[in-house]
Amino acid sequence: MPAPAATAVSPPGIAGWLADRVADLGELAIGWVASIGDVVLFALRTLGWIVARRQRREVLLPSFYQIGVMSLPVVALTGLFIGMVLAVQSYAQFKSLGLETRLGSVINLSLVRELGPVLAATMLAGRVGSAMAAELGTMRVTEQIDALESMGANPIYYLVVPRFLGCLVLIPSLTVMADFMGVLGGYLYSHLVLGIDYHHYWENSRAYVDAFDFLMGISKSFFFGAAIALVSCHHGFHCAPGAEGVGRAATNAFVHSFVLILVLDLFLGIGLNHLHDFIHPDGPRRLL
Amino acid sequence: MPAAATAPSSAADQAAPPLLQVDRLTVRFGPHEVLRDIAIDVDAGETLVILGESGCGKTVLLKSMIGLVRPSGGDVRFDGRSLGRLGDRQLAHLRTRYGFVFQGAALFDSASIADNIAFPLREHTRLSEGEIRPIVESLVDEVGLPRSALAKKPVEVSGGMRKRAGLARALALDPQLILYDEPTTGLDPIMSDVINELILRVRRRPGVTSVVVTHDMHTARKVADRIVMLYPVARLRPDEPQIVFDGTPDRLASSRDPRVRQFVEGRAGGRLDELREEQGLAAAGGRDDGDDTEDSR
Repeated sequence: MPAPAATAVSPPGIAGWLADRVADLGELAIGWVASIGDVVLFALRTLGWIVARRQRREVLLPSFYQIGVMSLPVVALTGLFIGMVLAVQSYAQFKSLGLETRLGSVINLSLVRELGPVLAATMLAGRVGSAMAAELGTMRVTEQIDALESMGANPIYYLVVPRFLGCLVLIPSLTVMADFMGVLGGYLYSHLVLGIDYHHYWENSRAYVDAFDFLMGISKSFFFGAAIALVSCHHGFHCAPGAEGVGRAATNAFVHSFVLILVLDLFLGIGLNHLHDFIHPDGPRRLL
Repeated sequence: MPAAATAPSSAADQAAPPLLQVDRLTVRFGPHEVLRDIAIDVDAGETLVILGESGCGKTVLLKSMIGLVRPSGGDVRFDGRSLGRLGDRQLAHLRTRYGFVFQGAALFDSASIADNIAFPLREHTRLSEGEIRPIVESLVDEVGLPRSALAKKPVEVSGGMRKRAGLARALALDPQLILYDEPTTGLDPIMSDVINELILRVRRRPGVTSVVVTHDMHTARKVADRIVMLYPVARLRPDEPQIVFDGTPDRLASSRDPRVRQFVEGRAGGRLDELREEQGLAAAGGRDDGDDTEDSR
């Protein structure tokens, strides 16, 4: 016969209600701390395996192909359209001030500093992150991860490290592609549709966008790539049983990666702006 | 019965320390206790079958034996070494002395059958591809797989072939202890018996010890030297042991314990009413007579 479950008895009335709410909050906080600790340990173990043992080429290359090559078209296409959309949205404001030739500065600065890296990371999280979570989740559910462990192989070394390295190494390339296509899209729309003179468009862009802006975007992308790989693989590794569990892991991998990308973007942006001020103490460049 | 023919019998065998010792093992998942104070010794060369109904913790026990499930209490020792005290690398090294045949075979989807079987050899030996190939071919011959299956992906072959490929992979490193998780589940009766025959053949390999988790009585009777039967913790009183039977297949057949008899005879008894009561449904309106035979497959 099933044993009777022990039940916690709360004090009556409002004190009891308050005690229950405090207990709920405490449980939630403990859950959050445990989850964050778990992800950090997962990240440390991944970094440990990168150093401890070299990856095999035949394991790395398919992972790089899936993450980098297969993501390139979609990143290029979205970059192109975002560049054009920026031109569409900014043009009226700039024209009212008679500053439409400065459109290139705003579009290109926004792209290389923010939209290029964030867009490439978002597309990577959607296309690759959720796929990684689903793939590893399916491997967890079908005991393939247990099988790896039972054969004395480390699943983090075999499954996480190649994906982590793929995201880390290839997201800068995807960011460059998003930047390039965005700049191209913005210029094409501004020149061909809005009729802005190409000489002034590029001259103003060159004056206000420098190598630091470009490198700022690229350096942020490394953090985004690492975050996507770790969050997605962690969700896959800790997938709940069944098709529902795999689906939830894929969805959560994207949602949590996306939120983390935006949070990282804010703090990295603040930090890198301070770095810019440190390198150029004469203050920020004036766009207008 | 082949089991009796190969059962350890000499005084020296009896005196040898067990290959695997499960000592007061308790496993909890959150508030749910799955295993309670389990103590089992598995002697070298023996084939132990762990029987029990679905959800009684058989697979958790099997995974605890190889360190895939961390115990909440107690210990598992392989060849005298406590799994809980080993570091990741030591545990990984020790696992090369195990073979684990998973319920669904757990072959890697992205690799061919040949690459699946070769995986442990590539991971743990310095053999060249030219040396690995004949080993893989002899393993597929041993489990009765056609060589044409080697190039196929796991999804392209039948369930029975996947199980045999999983067994071939488990045998690749000549393990001392082979753990089988529900080896015949999901197979037709003929293929189930093929797997039983393979388990019997594998145990003829020198120094092989086997632990088979199953709810298939035919498999248990055919391959076991000894049978341990588990009962779900949720159905036990606090002072009752979870192991309700430990003995030979002959003794199982003559057991008078009603829990053992119910399982061996495959009777639902009043279980359906109990399940409905647990779910909060009123048994009063139920029309089930308690004597329906449960279809355990």
